[in-house]
Amino acid sequence: MSPVIDVHKLSKNFGAVRALDELDLRLQAGEVHGFLGPNGAGKSTTIRVLLGAAKADSGTVRLFGEDPWTEAVRLHRRLAYVPGDVNLWPKITGGEAVDLLVSLRGGADGRRRSELLERFDLDPSRKARTYSKGNRQKVALVAALASDVELLVLDEPTSGLDPLMERVFQDCVREAKAAGRTVLLSSHLLAEVETLCDRVTIIRQGRTVQSGALSELRHLARAAVSVVCGKDPSGVALLPGVHDVRRDGGRLLFSVEDGALPAVLEHLLPLDIRSFTSTPPTLEELFVHQYSPDAQGARP
Amino acid sequence: MSTEAPSRGQPDGLRGARAAGALAGTGRLFRFALLQDRLRIPLWALALGGLVGYFGAVLPLAYPDQAALQTRAAILKDPSGALLSGPGYGLENYTLGAMLANEVLGMLAVAAALMSIFLVVRHTRAEEESGRAELVRAGVVGRYAPLTAALGALLVANAAVAVILAAAMLGNGLAAADSLALAAGVAAVGLVFGAGAAVTSQLSQSARGATGLAGGALGLAYLLRGIGDAQRVGGSALSWLSPIGWSQQTRAFVDLRWWPLLPSVVLAALLCLAAYLLASRRDLGAGLLAAHPGPSRGSRALASPAGLVLRLERGSILSWCLGLFAFALLTGSMGQTIVESFEARPELAVVIGGSTGGDPLRAALSAFLRYFAMAVAVHAVVTVNRLRREEDSGRTALLLAAGAGRARLLLHCLAVTLAADAVLLLAAGFGLGAGAASAVGPDSGNLALDVTAASLAYLPLVSCFAALAALAYGLRTGSWWVWLILIASLLIGLYGPVLRLPEALLQAEPFGLVPAVPSVPLNGTPLLLMGLTALVLLAAAVPAFRRRDLSA
Repeated sequence: MSPVIDVHKLSKNFGAVRALDELDLRLQAGEVHGFLGPNGAGKSTTIRVLLGAAKADSGTVRLFGEDPWTEAVRLHRRLAYVPGDVNLWPKITGGEAVDLLVSLRGGADGRRRSELLERFDLDPSRKARTYSKGNRQKVALVAALASDVELLVLDEPTSGLDPLMERVFQDCVREAKAAGRTVLLSSHLLAEVETLCDRVTIIRQGRTVQSGALSELRHLARAAVSVVCGKDPSGVALLPGVHDVRRDGGRLLFSVEDGALPAVLEHLLPLDIRSFTSTPPTLEELFVHQYSPDAQGARP
Repeated sequence: MSTEAPSRGQPDGLRGARAAGALAGTGRLFRFALLQDRLRIPLWALALGGLVGYFGAVLPLAYPDQAALQTRAAILKDPSGALLSGPGYGLENYTLGAMLANEVLGMLAVAAALMSIFLVVRHTRAEEESGRAELVRAGVVGRYAPLTAALGALLVANAAVAVILAAAMLGNGLAAADSLALAAGVAAVGLVFGAGAAVTSQLSQSARGATGLAGGALGLAYLLRGIGDAQRVGGSALSWLSPIGWSQQTRAFVDLRWWPLLPSVVLAALLCLAAYLLASRRDLGAGLLAAHPGPSRGSRALASPAGLVLRLERGSILSWCLGLFAFALLTGSMGQTIVESFEARPELAVVIGGSTGGDPLRAALSAFLRYFAMAVAVHAVVTVNRLRREEDSGRTALLLAAGAGRARLLLHCLAVTLAADAVLLLAAGFGLGAGAASAVGPDSGNLALDVTAASLAYLPLVSCFAALAALAYGLRTGSWWVWLILIASLLIGLYGPVLRLPEALLQAEPFGLVPAVPSVPLNGTPLLLMGLTALVLLAAAVPAFRRRDLSA
């Protein structure tokens, strides 16, 4: 099956600034895909190109197999979008704004609209000027989630939501996934991405630096090992792929590259192991690892 | 499976569907634009209709007989009269209708153009600037839909203006065809400048920039027809370079002809076409004029609220300054011609410059200086009102949280406004004086210097209006009542003597309270009283602002 989103070597310049530099991004149908990167990495620019709001300078961009710049209108029937910074018309109520956005997409299920308003605890009769950032965001979320679309493009959709609403949002994304929808989720909340996403793409300065299933990506970073042995285990430090060896009381702590674990276990087995824990890297560690100075130039 | 296939070798039917796709969602956005403007459009139309209805009712009282009408006609034969009104036709047998077409049409056209510029920018560039356009365009909305919806609303607004204007004139018992032509002429100018704003909205990245560019074009159009009409009675080639001139050339109520409206229709269509072409070529939110990067560090000059206001307003202050100076220079250079016409017909001096008995040139310059002071007062109110937007966007709260202090914030804004207005007054005064002096030649004495210095006599009054706007802001009432007072003052000041309004009303008109310097000697008392009034208003504004909640 062809991918829902297929971006290959996408470049985009703003004057002398190179915002996107041969970026790659690929989403299969039905997956929830995390889109990560520090501020200014080019996440929103990529999304603007995907929505046909900005034109690619070079590279190919395909949404449902078509060009989002020329076929924007047809493609938009099949997607819904939530920006991170939602600005609404000050004198229009939240309910009116939801209806406008929904009707521009071709209408939605009225029951679903009221159910979402209730779940997100949004008063639709208030004028948008009185809404907080989180409430404005809820308007865009309700409008997007109430539509029956195949793809949700979410650009930091929860940056203004409180933890309770964040939970409601996560439920909605899970329901969308269960209904077979594809979700592109750009976010800074790594815990959110970790719980929701099957695959992630990490970008930096307009380039893709990592992309794949979370479980695969974990292999790229080192696992943290903590071991207590009857005999002295410090010889492990001499093995290839073992780093940062240090002692903490009777405990030996070190980190192990993905491929080096079997050799480490082999070395430790005869040493009377009392306890052994190996913790896979968290997304946060992956993320920080990607942006640490020694990871410069690292490419998959 | 190839994903490239659908974009190649499409049959014509599909390509047609794609062209229609570029307009998808237009109807919905058009209705939404009208919903947002459901008050604005009727208010503009009723205000303009009301103005015409008022003139139609009052002018017959002001000019009860043909002799009185002919005195008025004589003003239009004069270049300075033509500069500020219209080309001047049908002057041999002047009538009420001809008066409306000659003298009021230009003003109505400028108002319709402003309405149109604001409307189009509001629905196009301002939407993009706020990010709302991105949210909208993520729906099933074609690339041209927002622009088309805005142009549709433009059409509705100008049609509403035309209908109400025509109804008002018919209500005054004026000829039907000519009334329609005048109304259509006003709407035609509105359409041209609305379409122009659609183009400038593609060029500039900010709504303010787009409005400024379109407003500049409007100023130029008014200037062109002004100079053109001043060159020759009935208008000259220059008048034909201006859309306002085209509408005036329909010669409604005298010798009606419709074809001069044709160029307006063609120009509006061409401008729309240009806007569509430009819109198809750019990213959403981007402008075709590049935005330059600014300094990466805040200078010392920025380290106070005053510094910030100055930085935010400097572009606007500069354009006002240049605009007022250019207009004043031009008006001033007509001074010599005016004097000559006064020598030929002394009764004119009374109408245009007031009877001061002194040097007629100085009398006329004093009157013109008053008009420019009115423009500066408008600038003062506009600038102080910007505080509202700053507060609504949350930026004021940011400054206050950084320790700026409410009184300091308000006073700094006012100080910058008044300093800028002093500069604007001086620029207008110098323009008038220098223009007149250059026309008179070497025996002008220190005319330029006198008029320049005299301009500052209006600063206390301008301060009053700034302080009044500050009070309205401090109380956070609407700013409408400040505008009402200012516009009433302007209208009474401009048209009061002509309309023979009650003497008591004319006496109380604020701009009339300022001594007509340099024509009459300076009397400090009214200026001192105005300065005190400004201080009192300000003393009320500061605690009012301190006491209330911030809006955001």
